[in-house]
Amino acid sequence: MNNLIRSTARCLRSGAAVYNVPGRADGRVWSAPARFLCAAADIQKDLGEMVKKDKVVVFMKGTPAQPMCGFSNAVVQILRMHGVDDYAAYNVLEDQDLRQGVKDFSNWPTIPQVYFNGEFVGGCDILLQMHQNGDLVDELKKLGISSALLDAEKESK
Amino acid sequence: MLPSVLRCTRPIPTCLALARPLAHFRTHMDPDPSRPVEKAIRTKLTSSLKPDHLEVHNESHMHAVPPGSESHFRVLVVSSRFDGLPLIQRHRLVNEALKEELSSCVHALAIQAKTPEQWGRNPSLAKSPPCMGGSRGDHTVEEKLRTGRE
Repeated sequence: MNNLIRSTARCLRSGAAVYNVPGRADGRVWSAPARFLCAAADIQKDLGEMVKKDKVVVFMKGTPAQPMCGFSNAVVQILRMHGVDDYAAYNVLEDQDLRQGVKDFSNWPTIPQVYFNGEFVGGCDILLQMHQNGDLVDELKKLGISSALLDAEKESK
Repeated sequence: MLPSVLRCTRPIPTCLALARPLAHFRTHMDPDPSRPVEKAIRTKLTSSLKPDHLEVHNESHMHAVPPGSESHFRVLVVSSRFDGLPLIQRHRLVNEALKEELSSCVHALAIQAKTPEQWGRNPSLAKSPPCMGGSRGDHTVEEKLRTGRE
């Protein structure tokens, strides 16, 4: 399971769709973890691991390369603006169990959902406001990520 | 149906437009007393958060759902109940107030939760990003729309 998640993160870094099972030549997105998570309790347990495996985790509709929702796309764009391209993104449209499971796990009714260091940050609205008021740069710094916007600001001085 | 399809296939504008809140805009649909979900949202938010200012916008027409749907909303709540609370706690209060709607017919809820002081400094409504068609063919949304009509 851990290897699958790690390979998912790697796939994401290369811009490919997430939830790819290693070795599937056709590249079709397949929600392999969902097939293993038959019980709701399993999903909750796996989500507990999923949100901690990577510093930045996003549950969204579609993929960073092809978002299927304007709000999910906004999250992707904001992270991109800050130069955050190494994050785990899970496509809830591929897996209804995950889609409901993450809402129960976070006690949050909508998608997208953003996690920093295993802690739930919020959805699109919150990330956008954090971006606008400068908090996002600080939060990324706490994760050891230097925002591209901060670097750009330094270079212009 | 066709116009909404065209809206969703328009090229996605750069997200830089979202970098700053845009000027206040009015929905093209005036509040209609017969819209039960919008009414319920107003009633519940008023009752639980005692807002100084409240705006409830049905944005379903901006998404890939049938005309007349009540599935996608944007709310602006200005309340002193938010004083001292981080954004996430404010949003959780709104979510809690609208728990029933969110678990039944409301598919998307965009929230702005401001204190009266914040609203005074910046009285503007944010604008939702363009739809990317995710609701089309989404059976979860179809179920929610059915729930809303029952």
